[in-house]
Amino acid sequence: MTSAHRTSYGAEGAPYALRSPASALRRARSAPLFFLLPAAVLFALFFALPIGYAVWLSLHKIEVKGLGLGAGARSEVWAGLENYAGALTDSEFLGGALRVLGYGAIVIPVMLGLALLLALMLDSEKVRLASFTRLAIFLPYAVPGVVAALLWGFLYLPDVSPFFFVLDKLGLPQPDLLDGGGLYAALSNIAVWGGTGFNMIVIYTSLRAIPAEVHEAAKLDGATPLQIALRIKIPMVAPSLVLTFFFSIIATLQVFSEPTTLKPLTNSVSTTWSPLMKVYQDAFGKGDIHTAAAGAVIIAVATLVLSFGFLRAAGSRSRQGEAR
Amino acid sequence: MSSPAVVKAAPVAGSTPGALQGPRSRRRIALVPTLALLLGAVYCLLPVAWVVIAATKSGSELFSTFTFLPGTGLADNLSGLSAYRDGVYWRWMGNSALYAGLGALLSTAVSAISGYALAVYRFRGRETVFNILLTGVLMPPVILAVPQYLLLARIDLADTYWSVLLPLVLSPYGVYLSRIYAAAAVPGDVVEAGRVDGAGEWRIFTRIALPMMVPGLVTVFLFQFVAVWNNFLLPYIMLSDDEKFPITLGLFTLLEQGSNTPALYTLVITGALLAVLPLIALFLVVQRFWSLDLLSGAVKS
Repeated sequence: MTSAHRTSYGAEGAPYALRSPASALRRARSAPLFFLLPAAVLFALFFALPIGYAVWLSLHKIEVKGLGLGAGARSEVWAGLENYAGALTDSEFLGGALRVLGYGAIVIPVMLGLALLLALMLDSEKVRLASFTRLAIFLPYAVPGVVAALLWGFLYLPDVSPFFFVLDKLGLPQPDLLDGGGLYAALSNIAVWGGTGFNMIVIYTSLRAIPAEVHEAAKLDGATPLQIALRIKIPMVAPSLVLTFFFSIIATLQVFSEPTTLKPLTNSVSTTWSPLMKVYQDAFGKGDIHTAAAGAVIIAVATLVLSFGFLRAAGSRSRQGEAR
Repeated sequence: MSSPAVVKAAPVAGSTPGALQGPRSRRRIALVPTLALLLGAVYCLLPVAWVVIAATKSGSELFSTFTFLPGTGLADNLSGLSAYRDGVYWRWMGNSALYAGLGALLSTAVSAISGYALAVYRFRGRETVFNILLTGVLMPPVILAVPQYLLLARIDLADTYWSVLLPLVLSPYGVYLSRIYAAAAVPGDVVEAGRVDGAGEWRIFTRIALPMMVPGLVTVFLFQFVAVWNNFLLPYIMLSDDEKFPITLGLFTLLEQGSNTPALYTLVITGALLAVLPLIALFLVVQRFWSLDLLSGAVKS
């Protein structure tokens, strides 16, 4: 039977069939290495190497000999932690860090609170227009941050905005959304608008994964929809809430395109409004790549510390909850 | 036979629906959730509605007429935009389509092959490889983009199409999704059966596994397409020649110039509208193929 089986392959199948089982095993062993080769090469070139280079740059500086003219007058020398000390005592960098922390303290709770609320509404019984509203709320995900900032930027300009038109007709005071405290609200709104729908979908899909029997049982026990939401649904989707929080921290601390886009519309967004904008300014405005690299490393470390710190805090709280 | 009739009559008789806890009360609309969702939808659609209407206005109408009143300048705005610097706007659109289309295609191919390898084969160091790739998701783009620029500048690749395409080909999130999808969609028996039949590993992947992974790969492609189309930081850092700009960067430079000359506002607004249309159209067309369960499955674990 086996020989008949083999010959039936014909010319094309023969090379495979003639190989010994040992060589087939060897091929199966080496195959994943070949398959992972493109990813490994790209990772080395576009992730590992740039990170290593950034760390190296951050530990070096340019030393100028004499007037800095001629070959060899400018050389890269070891700087130790000098660039880090410089960045951490730079008032612009620290000011940017504080601004972004304030911005994040508004964006993350509002965006995720809204996302959770809307996901619970989508998941409630007898709701109408669910698929239309779900798509509409998800739509801003398809709008680039630059375009979102541009659209809202125009809606914040008193001359063209419908809000200001309404406020004017009603004789109400008109806030300045592009200056002072209003600017935080304006920038936060852009991020909330852009991010709520995506997070809502993530939470909603994990709400739908809760077995129906769970709420049915609670309903038979006389629980109201509000009680079901608070006591059953929210605790059961806690893992996806933790993850949306985690990714929101990473995205928020690196805000760049929205304030950069609003900059042409107002004088109150400086070129160093966020720490990332300061890094860009250092690298390309001043041409000081060593300070820029130190700034980039600090932002990366701060992001990872904050986001993983949050994950750990969330993890230990849920373990305590289980212990109780 | 009589009991169903009695049950049917019950809702007519019991005119207080709140008191009825039967299946019949499901017909009622849950008012609060529906209204909340509608409010959310209005909030999300408002800027889009505004830009659609504002794009129809001429420069003078923009500042003089009520914002939600359509204007008469759409045709002029479109031809003005097309004429702006010999049609550079359409060049930006084409560049974005190239970056997002080709970038997402390459990225999906790398994700598919890596995700498949990580899902199907058991080898030493597999989890280490996977975890190292995943740290890429957590790396803030800033720590990557500036040194990527400096490194590419050394080999004269900065300010080229490659400088925007190549850094985005490896998408750790794409590899992650592909691995999860391959593990769920490609049964080990099928791979084993392919081997018994004498097929090589590459042939098993391309002929058997890849077709099974297509629905998941569509999702990976769309995610990556949106990520590249919406990207601003990388082209902003890499490119200086505006002939190579994607639409996000092009619109930004247009706005920068327009802030001093309100005459350019109408061009910026029309340009913004046209820039979001392709993605919105893509979403409406492909939303049935867009596997959001995969997204949540990925996020959960």
